Amino acid sequence: MPFWWWLQNRAYFNFIVRELTCVFVGVFAVLTLFQIRALADGPAAYAEFVSRLKTPGFILFNTVGLAALLFHGVTWFKAVPTTMIIRFGETRVPDQVIAGLHYVGWMAVSAVIAWILLLR
Amino acid sequence: MTRGLTPFLWFLFGAGGMVSALLFPVHIFLIGLAFPLGWFDAPDYESLRSLVIHPITRLYLFVFIFFPLFHWAHRFRYTIYDLLQVKHGAQQPIALLCYGTALLGSVLAAYTLLTIA
Repeated sequence: MPFWWWLQNRAYFNFIVRELTCVFVGVFAVLTLFQIRALADGPAAYAEFVSRLKTPGFILFNTVGLAALLFHGVTWFKAVPTTMIIRFGETRVPDQVIAGLHYVGWMAVSAVIAWILLLR
Repeated sequence: MTRGLTPFLWFLFGAGGMVSALLFPVHIFLIGLAFPLGWFDAPDYESLRSLVIHPITRLYLFVFIFFPLFHWAHRFRYTIYDLLQVKHGAQQPIALLCYGTALLGSVLAAYTLLTIA
């Protein structure tokens, strides 16, 4: 099989894009570590970190990264009902309910984090 | 070698997938776009530092880094196998490199979060 097998049809392509969102997950975890490191090193180091985030390269990277993470989130919550089966007595909780609750949780958690960061 | 660890690695992958799906978008939107572009006022150094040194925030940030790093390691490992069609003999070094990187990052994160003052 040639290397470009995943460009042969849309399902393969979506699969590989979904799997590659993990690269952004890893990079953002490391970027967060750098940010904490800069905070630990003092105001000058932190100011340098913040000014670097304003460069066009980082803005572009973060825009693509946000799109990748939203795709990861949507595909992740879609997959959750197949791995998480919840029953109430005899009835199985429908997939849409489980996925829907994850979306509600996602919104709530995002709102709390935004509230904490914006009120600082 | 990694076979006995498979359920544990799968758990880390799942936890990291959930943590990054729930927490990363709002962080990227605010810290990576909204603050640098001036859409909202960014928290200043002193208030952010006092937030980060709180024990609950330290724990939160460790969870934020540790599980997603292992999510990356596990998923990236299998994506490399699929994309490059890696044969069995060559798979182990790739696995060790992925989990090793995640472990190194986690140790650095733990060290930084324990020593920040």
